[in-house]
Amino acid sequence: MAVKPRTLFEKIWSDHVVSLGDDAGSLGDHVAASHPGAPAILAIDLHLVHEVTSPQAFTGLRERGLQVRKPGQTVATADHSMPTLDPSLPILDELAAKQLRQIEENCREFGIPFYGKGSPTRGIVHVIGPELGLTQPGMTIVCGDSHTATHGAFGALAFGIGTSEIEMVLATQTLLQRKPKTFRVQIDGRLGPSVGAKDIILALIARIGIGGGTGHVIEYTGEAIRALSMEERMTVCNMSIEAGARAGLIAPDETTFAYLKGREFAPQGAAWDAAVSRWRTLPSDEGATYDRTITIDGGALEPMVTYGNNPGMGIPVTGRIPSLTDVEPAARADLQHALAYMGLAPGSAIAGQRLDVVFIGSCTNGRIEDLRAAASVLRGRRVAEGLRVLVVPGSQKVKKQAESEGLDAVFKAAGAEWRESGCSMCIAMNGDQLEPGQYGISTSNRNFEGRQGKGGRTFLASPVTAAASAVAGVVTDPRTLADVAAQPVAVWRSAAVEAH
Amino acid sequence: MPEPFAKTTSRVIAIPRANIDTDQICPARFLKITDKAGLADALFFDWRFTPDGKRRKPPSFIDERHNAGRRILLVGDNFGAGSSREHAPWALRAWGIRAIVSTSFADIFKGNALKNALLPIVVSPERHAALVALVAANPDGEWTVDLEAGQVKLPGGESFLFEIDPFARTMILAGTDEVGYVLSNLPAIEAWEAAHPARVDTARA
Repeated sequence: MAVKPRTLFEKIWSDHVVSLGDDAGSLGDHVAASHPGAPAILAIDLHLVHEVTSPQAFTGLRERGLQVRKPGQTVATADHSMPTLDPSLPILDELAAKQLRQIEENCREFGIPFYGKGSPTRGIVHVIGPELGLTQPGMTIVCGDSHTATHGAFGALAFGIGTSEIEMVLATQTLLQRKPKTFRVQIDGRLGPSVGAKDIILALIARIGIGGGTGHVIEYTGEAIRALSMEERMTVCNMSIEAGARAGLIAPDETTFAYLKGREFAPQGAAWDAAVSRWRTLPSDEGATYDRTITIDGGALEPMVTYGNNPGMGIPVTGRIPSLTDVEPAARADLQHALAYMGLAPGSAIAGQRLDVVFIGSCTNGRIEDLRAAASVLRGRRVAEGLRVLVVPGSQKVKKQAESEGLDAVFKAAGAEWRESGCSMCIAMNGDQLEPGQYGISTSNRNFEGRQGKGGRTFLASPVTAAASAVAGVVTDPRTLADVAAQPVAVWRSAAVEAH
Repeated sequence: MPEPFAKTTSRVIAIPRANIDTDQICPARFLKITDKAGLADALFFDWRFTPDGKRRKPPSFIDERHNAGRRILLVGDNFGAGSSREHAPWALRAWGIRAIVSTSFADIFKGNALKNALLPIVVSPERHAALVALVAANPDGEWTVDLEAGQVKLPGGESFLFEIDPFARTMILAGTDEVGYVLSNLPAIEAWEAAHPARVDTARA
């Protein structure tokens, strides 16, 4: 009997279905008693937990008198409301302090491993999962955070969930799920100088819109994706949610295995060999079909910057902000509203727009290669007069690695602030924020109104573009700096020997 | 435990904007709570108040006097984009909203809304345009959203049908949640686990 070719997504999905629910057609080995209309029950391999979206879920567990079913498949950290200043100082925000105490107490009570304040492996939940080797190909991974899609870079089905679902996973290690559709995004060609992963994903979202992936799991394929490092792949998958997609996936390959080998929680010895053999079966089969496909020429991409109030409002840094007549009549009121919020003139060039703050960090671009890229631009330069530049490593391990490479000294010499790890100004819950009316260029993932501080105005861009803009004090095409233009991004990102 | 919910009759608040993200619905600084209290005040906070805390003039949508107590929202495409925070549907419910009508909803928001008995009602772009025109012409007309019948009755006797995930519908009508259902399938979950050893052990020292 001929086996129907399957996508990477379909392989992971069918491997984790405990009960097909109402979608039952060809039943698997372990079919649960079905309920009319019930969704599939999907087994979850790894549950990541942080302080902001979990407290009410633990309260729910207590009210039901339930335990955490699989504490050994659960791990927690504190990142969102964690201050990035001197860790020896007390946390002055009482609500944040209470939330941080509560995650610690909840983890102790329910037996969940916790990387909290003072832990050398603490960091942004989506940075530490891969860094520790917890994130592995073929897994199902969930977290009460929409950027869980990051882990899809390893060929894991990873998606964000709400607090009710956190409670469900804590209680059962499963989720009820309707099977999403599949969407192949193929990026062909080779990226030009100063063009990287962030530019790929911003260009995709600009093309399909922030609802363009709704109901779908994206699989990124093509020559430009294959050439990316693991950290760059994480940047691409991280922002799948900004295109509305449920998750983003990249098939595991030698790059993936080389990244994982030797990491703390990665399989060792014979188990490693067995795992790699299993992971090699994951990539989509020849001839597998997707519900949707689009192709983008990676060679034609330019550094991207957003100008509006959602991540779909992105243009090449050489471009102009749209005029009202450039968009469909139905979209004009929203564009007008966005430009009024941003204080930008329709039809003006994005390059040269003034800046008050530069933020380099987040689960999108806060890993070691991102910091190397930014430092390569800032080495031997000064940030513009009056500009505040905040560099926030994605984890304590990233911080330590950066310091061992002397990157902290580069940032400080340039006039930037060097901080402890955390989500920081990406979500502005910890005191790091834009002031009303301020303009910031940010390597994070969202330019929603007030996202980086109420009344703050965000331009999203890559670390290279943000660093070049920090030097000029205005939104800047990094290719206008001669030495930057001469180097492919990949060379800078790998400037130092990887150590973990 | 939630209460059973089947039907609401209310006037409608129309917010003619697409891509309303969860950072607008409930700004991040209100996420430091460890319970669900006080979120009615957080709803659309930065639309309602200036950065220095003054109520905006003219008032934003939900602060308009005639909109007080309304339970149905009519909004633009892709409502609930962005962050997975369940604080967004909690805030909407706390303020009193029970049903939201749009051409589409962001996936995570839609799931979170259903778990809080907040109905995401999807209509075609043509129907949506007609409903926007209807609210403009008759801003104080009462609509009835009937979950059991899967029907919205409009002022003047017209009506249309809508679909809600059938399992979520069952849960909302019964006033229960899904944890009990999944726990009743524990033998199947255990059988799956016996055949699929854990891929990681986070507790490994």
